[in-house]
This record gives sequence, structure tokens and C-alpha cells, in this order.
Amino acid sequence: MTSTACFIIVSRNDIPIYEAEVGSAAKRAEDAQLHQFILHAALDIVQDLAWTTSAMFLKAIDRFNDLVVSVYVTAGHILLHIELTFI
Amino acid sequence: MIGAGKIKQYSNILEKPLSKGKQEVSLSAFAFLFSELVQYNQTQVDNISELERRLEDAGYAVGARVLELLCHRDKGNRRETRLLGILSFVHSTVWKVLFGKVADSLEKGTEHEDEYMISEKDLLVNKFISVPKDMGTFNCGAFVAGIVRGVLDGAGFPAVVTAHFVPMEGLQRPRTTILIKFAEEVLQREARLG
Repeated sequence: MTSTACFIIVSRNDIPIYEAEVGSAAKRAEDAQLHQFILHAALDIVQDLAWTTSAMFLKAIDRFNDLVVSVYVTAGHILLHIELTFI
Repeated sequence: MIGAGKIKQYSNILEKPLSKGKQEVSLSAFAFLFSELVQYNQTQVDNISELERRLEDAGYAVGARVLELLCHRDKGNRRETRLLGILSFVHSTVWKVLFGKVADSLEKGTEHEDEYMISEKDLLVNKFISVPKDMGTFNCGAFVAGIVRGVLDGAGFPAVVTAHFVPMEGLQRPRTTILIKFAEEVLQREARLG
């Protein structure tokens, strides 16, 4: 049963523009900070990966315990969603 | 409803394709707007290089937006990661959408590895512009150079882009060349990607 936990839009200079906790995941305060931390740590991976493929949707680029990070990169390298999903 | 025609009904608004927008814009409307843009900037600056820089900045904003729009609308969500890919994207797709035709030619510079040139016999923005002698080498194609720079910068290929007049035998008006000089990191990344 997958449920999205955290959704962030990041600009090309690694500045977060929008952020939301969505889905039916359990909402606890310390979880929110952990999610943000995981997503920011994944930014480096995305930058390297973005140059290897011309696809826009990069599935499952990083894992942390049972959380999976996936991202959609637009043409201007705006990371349209970095999504954390419980698998 | 009168004249409803056959419109496919989408149950979910997210599944509707992006509208193509108006394909054609009046040339005279654009010419008036552009001449007003140039005249307004002329009153604000003291020298030519400042005027060129302002036109370039105006074009930069256009380029950044055009990149996102075209990649989504015309290229079916595929990004450009290679140098030749982004150059041919600018040369054909961007030119076709902005000016109604592909650019005349795309050439690689011979002296330097990082220089490329897009040439156009009759640049649309220069069609109704005449430059007085005392302005020297000023070229309103700086606006188009700004558009190209916006597209390249947005896609992750930082470059210095300038517009030049190149006189050609057999042609009354000189040809306009957009000179693109890529930053060092672009070449290094290209070499690394092999």
C-alpha cells in the first residue's frame, strides 16, 4: 500500500519553492523534518542523474530505510516533485 | 449548443492536452512593440553596450519560459542533455515557434572548440530597424541573443551569446550571426559524458 509522504518543488538553484505533506501517511512532527532532510540529501544524486538521461521522470533514485525518493525534472532543471513514498 | 463540433470531453482536467495557443501573431503589432521597447531603453541608457545588455536581458526572460513550454508541448517531455541536442533544439524548434521558420544555418566555430554560430539572412526583429551610422556596431539582434542565452542557461548550458552583422557578397543587407560561446564547465561535462 503506497502512500505519498512529502512533496517538494525545488528551483534550479536548490531553493525549495513549495512543500506539502500529502497522502495518508502518519503525520508526526519529527517525521516532517526527517522527510525534508532525506529529500535535501537526495538533491546531489538528482543533479548527477539528470545529465545521464533525457527522460523527465526519474523513478526511485534513493532509498532510506523504507522510504523511497523519486523525482520529476523539467526542462529548466526545476525539480517538480521530490516524493517520498512508503513502500 | 450551436456549432459545438466534435470536442473530446475529458473527465479529468489534468488529462486535457495543453492548448496550442495562437499560432500567428501580427507582424506589425510585434514590430511596433519591439520598436517601442528599443526606444524606451534608448532613453534610459547612455551608451550602446548598456542598451545591448538591456535588450539581452529582455530576451533572457523570454528564453527561460520558451524552453519549459516547448519541451512540454513539442518535445513530449524529453529533456536535452547533450550539447548538439540543445543546439539543434534552438536552431529548429525554438526558431520555428518564434519566427515561423528554422534558422538558416548552424555552424561550429573553427578557431575555438566552444564557439557555435546560428546565422539568419534576415532576422525578424531587425526587419524594420535601421541603425544610424553613429551607433557603430549596435545590433538589435541582441534581443534574440538574449532569448538563446535564456534557453541555454535554463537547460544547464551557460554561455555568452552575442549578435553580429556579417556582410556577405551578393546580399544587400548583411547577414546576422548569433555567436554562442559556451562556458568551460559545459565542455568538461560534454567530455565526461563522452
